[in-house]
Amino acid sequence: MSFPSPQPTPALMAEALTIGYAGRRGTPRPVAGPLHLALWPGELVCLLGPNGAGKSTLLRTLAGVQAPLGGALTVAGEPLASLGPEVRARQLSIVLTERVEAGYLTVQELVRLGRYPHTGWLGNFSAHDHAQVQAALVATGTALFAHRPVGELSDGERQKVMLARALAQDTPLILLDEPTAHLDLPNRVALLRLLHQLARTLGKAILLSTHELDLALQAADRVWLLPATGELLAGPPEDLVLSGAFAAAFQREGLAFDPATGTFELHAPTGPPVQLVGDGAAAFWTRRALLRAGLVPTAGPAAWRVTVPAAAGAGLGFWLSEGPGQPAQQHSSIAALLQALGAAWENPAF
Amino acid sequence: MTPAFLPPTTPPSLPAPRLARGLLALVVLVGLAFVLDVALGPVRIPLLAVARLLLGHGAAADAATDFIVHQIRLPKALTALVAGSGLAVSGLQMQTLFRNPLAGPSALGLTAGAGLGVALVMLAGGGGAGALAVRQLGLAGSWALVLAATAGAALVMALVLALAARVRDNVVLLIVGLMVASVTGAIVSLWQYFSAPEQIQEYLLWTFGALGGVTGPHLAVLATVVGAGIGLALASAKPLNALLLGENYARSLGLRVRRSRTLIILSTSLLAGSITAFCGPIGFVGLAVPHLTRALLGTADHRMLLPGACLLGAALVLGCDCLAQLPGSQITLPINVVTSLLGAPVVLWVVLRRPLRSAA
Repeated sequence: MSFPSPQPTPALMAEALTIGYAGRRGTPRPVAGPLHLALWPGELVCLLGPNGAGKSTLLRTLAGVQAPLGGALTVAGEPLASLGPEVRARQLSIVLTERVEAGYLTVQELVRLGRYPHTGWLGNFSAHDHAQVQAALVATGTALFAHRPVGELSDGERQKVMLARALAQDTPLILLDEPTAHLDLPNRVALLRLLHQLARTLGKAILLSTHELDLALQAADRVWLLPATGELLAGPPEDLVLSGAFAAAFQREGLAFDPATGTFELHAPTGPPVQLVGDGAAAFWTRRALLRAGLVPTAGPAAWRVTVPAAAGAGLGFWLSEGPGQPAQQHSSIAALLQALGAAWENPAF
Repeated sequence: MTPAFLPPTTPPSLPAPRLARGLLALVVLVGLAFVLDVALGPVRIPLLAVARLLLGHGAAADAATDFIVHQIRLPKALTALVAGSGLAVSGLQMQTLFRNPLAGPSALGLTAGAGLGVALVMLAGGGGAGALAVRQLGLAGSWALVLAATAGAALVMALVLALAARVRDNVVLLIVGLMVASVTGAIVSLWQYFSAPEQIQEYLLWTFGALGGVTGPHLAVLATVVGAGIGLALASAKPLNALLLGENYARSLGLRVRRSRTLIILSTSLLAGSITAFCGPIGFVGLAVPHLTRALLGTADHRMLLPGACLLGAALVLGCDCLAQLPGSQITLPINVVTSLLGAPVVLWVVLRRPLRSAA
């Protein structure tokens, strides 16, 4: 396992950056800031935060799509504003959330547009340009429908095509605004894996905003956490989770982030505690089932106790449940366990 | 350098043969339509005789035929060729720039703007102006007319574009264009209301469109301006491709959006302005031909689409002019009527086809 070694020049750096909109009559409407950020070559950074915190605004500002309200922004050590469009296009590629209506344009033609800053006045392709386009098509799994018109694609397919276009642009810095939207779970996993791999093997600096907290926590080398308060926190995801910063950023009435599992609790159980004995996959899924049933699984002793089978899989064991004044019962499945516990729940003695 | 993240594979073969075949077919089509257009008219000239004359082999059977071909039919057919290519290219650029399939010189008020320019020149020129003024005022008059029409078209285009910067929605933008066209039209109507009947009649004749009024030096002026406009458009082929993705992506690809947009507007205004000035408004060519070209060539690459639209636009206007002769009769229909009769169904086809595509 190798870790990205920080290099002297960050791919992207922001100092005292204030993002927002120039509102009506010249009154600026800041969204967040001042922000101090650095994105290093070889790292995948996920920008996380609740809705409305300014993730898209920050990403669009870093991409040069909209101007910052204040502060300094440098790309590969040069001020972003001073870079000509052609130079910038060879440094930085983007994937935005806006829908591209490109009717007759085929997938391949669209991805070929990624070579725009690398080709001459007529846009003629060299062998290297062809190879880059083909590699981008293959890497994103879009080669399968390379000759279909973009107008006929599903939203998820379009998302992949826009990513392929950004990859074909072959820039050291890639910024993506919610690239996982519209994708199903396997495709989201594949996308993050691909980006992670690109950062590792080619030393690209990749920043993406996403709402996929679980995946982001797994894939990101670092997380930029932008809470609604507008003060950005940066660090490896694990540090942010353990320090409680992550939970605080998504703090909401009746919604709790569980640092033990890295997920948000869907259920807020109010029932009696149940001691859960065992570990492994069976324990994990039994715990989930108990939570959904409204029980509170605990490690410590409780009136009720559930022991999970040692190994997962069909016919490998039984769940044992023991209650006050009740002999131990065997259950062949979680369904049977829940039924038995449910029956006991009806019992006033429970 | 080796390709970035995966082993290189051979680039897939492009559908180049289809494009080449399509363009070649269009060249043949233009040639046929051109010969047919010269042959048809109140006096029928045999196709073979026309072909021989055009190829410069031998003189015509009689002086009358020679005169008709060289003084009337040939300039008219050349005007149709030039006007058709120019309008198609201007329409294609507008549809890409506005990212709107219903954009075209007339839908966004460009034609109305050119009409306003022409109306102003006619008003300044007093009585006998109009399409006939091209002949009456001589070259100087035609320059004034072209400049006025181009300025009118450019003014409207700049106005629409200034509003476009504030409006992101394509449908809203189209409404803006239609409203600008409506206001411009109202100004022309107002001018007509306060004008003498003969002035109005001149203007009315101009609005029917005519390919026959452009001869000699005027044709040279028109061809030069349209040639410059098409040249500018061809120079913008690569930027136009990037603009297909919208301004933000185009800029991220290294396009100097403002400069490209200015060039495209300049080209479109030159084309729509000059053609409208000389031939009057010719409806639907600019709107319909880009769609037909995209469908025919099956590509969105402007390096192919621009020449394709040029050829198809020329063929279409030549064909419409053939139909306008009402073969077998002495009557000639106004060209604007014929292009509109043919063009409107194409636009309907586009509108009805669109939801199916986006739902797929």
